Amino acid sequence: MTTRDVLAVEDLEVHYGLGRRRRRVLDGISLSVSDGEAVGLIGETGSGKSTLARAVVGLAPFSRGRVVIDGQDVSKATKREWRDLRRRGVMQYVFQDPLRSLDPDLTVAQSIAEPLLIRGIPGAEAASRTRAFIDLMRLDAELLGRLPGELSGGQRQRVAVARALVTEPKLIMLDEPVSALDSANRVQILEILKGLRQTGVALVFISHDLGSVAGLTDRIAVLYQGELVEVGPSRSVINDPQHVYTRLLIDSAPTLRSAAAKRSERESLRALLNA
Amino acid sequence: MTSVAGRDLELTTGVPPAARPVLSLRDVHIRDQASGREIVHGISFDLAAGRVVGIVGESGSGKTLTCRAALGILPDQLVVSSGSITIDGHDIAGLNVKRWTELRGATISAVFQDPASYLNPSIQVGPQIAEVIRVKKKVRRREARDQALELLRSLQLRRPESVYSQYPFELSGGMLQRVLIAAAIAADPRVLIADEATTALDVTVQAEILDLLAELRERTGLALLVVAHDLAVVAQVCDEVLVMRQGDVVEHGTTADVLYRPQHDYTRLLIAEHEQYGLERFLDSPRKERA
Repeated sequence: MTTRDVLAVEDLEVHYGLGRRRRRVLDGISLSVSDGEAVGLIGETGSGKSTLARAVVGLAPFSRGRVVIDGQDVSKATKREWRDLRRRGVMQYVFQDPLRSLDPDLTVAQSIAEPLLIRGIPGAEAASRTRAFIDLMRLDAELLGRLPGELSGGQRQRVAVARALVTEPKLIMLDEPVSALDSANRVQILEILKGLRQTGVALVFISHDLGSVAGLTDRIAVLYQGELVEVGPSRSVINDPQHVYTRLLIDSAPTLRSAAAKRSERESLRALLNA
Repeated sequence: MTSVAGRDLELTTGVPPAARPVLSLRDVHIRDQASGREIVHGISFDLAAGRVVGIVGESGSGKTLTCRAALGILPDQLVVSSGSITIDGHDIAGLNVKRWTELRGATISAVFQDPASYLNPSIQVGPQIAEVIRVKKKVRRREARDQALELLRSLQLRRPESVYSQYPFELSGGMLQRVLIAAAIAADPRVLIADEATTALDVTVQAEILDLLAELRERTGLALLVVAHDLAVVAQVCDEVLVMRQGDVVEHGTTADVLYRPQHDYTRLLIAEHEQYGLERFLDSPRKERA
């Protein structure tokens, strides 16, 4: 691993269950994310992508391997060390449904300022930083006094991103950040996220749909049945996929370039994959 | 393999135009009687046998209400306030319950987003399909069972015999949607409405279901009305596309026209999303041919 990696996962293995029910859900995963990089972690139901994300943030114990966050090996971190790490806000997590991750009783202003106050930043400074991030998210300052339940889905997701950004993290993991939104809001969030690239924050997009984030990522990693079957620059993964599953995934993604003609190609890829 | 704009699309429009539409909407308006508010402000299209019409729009655009109006299952306070809907030549305005029961399943049928909620969780899936066949086609139990198995097989479910005796909770979303499609086409309808039928599925499974629908239409001449929020999903299977927004049809044309000559800003936004953030950015350079 180079010193510029903000996240390094090495030979990670995760099991669920005990005894005869013990199942390996992740096997030999190695993946690094360097400063300011945007990586798409693509996988479908049961691929292990959520487990990988949970393992990285310390929510799923792993049986083998190492996770290094911003130079700190967290593989054997104690609860206290994890808490300190989270407080520093080096890495943040944005979930698909912000209604479940934002405190329903906190106003937008309180939600965004909370991580700053926890770090001991004075209230006045926290408030002015909150306003700056509200602007960055193209949210109206009028919304600062509202509760999450009084916002639209797109506004809520932008508040969640603002809250993640306010601690100036080095890495944000976004779990299906646009899947639940309609087109206008999807485009707006994607534009904002694209703009974030200039701030140097690294982004990991976790999604089942390669097509929804491909335009934003430098690299794409494809998870299939608990293994990383392909990792590479977005352009080469999409134009020259090496693994049968990646080829099927790309040929299956709905695009405006009529995919009807690819039907027979998909047919043979499915046969190959199931063989 | 490169796709030249418009060229692939001919593949989906290669079906010869048929005579009388099996489903026809003429300036249909839908009104909420409780509030007096109009929700759908006029939608018209013709769907002929073997053809596929798509409706794209977001939640609240009126696309699902349009489908429900065509199926005669609008929520209580909603009515078709003007315009007409005809199914296989019958104006639905004058239909009684008995006539509706005859039409549903046998002439017009539908599948929706969440397949599990349309199946009885405590009955095996096979008998649920067989029941539709027994009632609609008036055949004996044994015959209904054989036909249900044959349907499951034709929908490319692996090991149809074992799927037949499984309960809904034992099947994946993609398998459940196939079971629902089997039940929907069991009585050989002429029109199938697929309202966000692949939205909740993984992309590879979504493609399988869309391929299956395309294959059904080619094999049986089934007419399809495909409703989705993703323009690309609709573009993949449809000959003709309507774009709806807040109850208005803002764009209506052949798939090629809508994709390559969009007239409305909203359609352009839907296209721009794909062009800027989707795979399209990369796909224009040809993929290397592989052995």
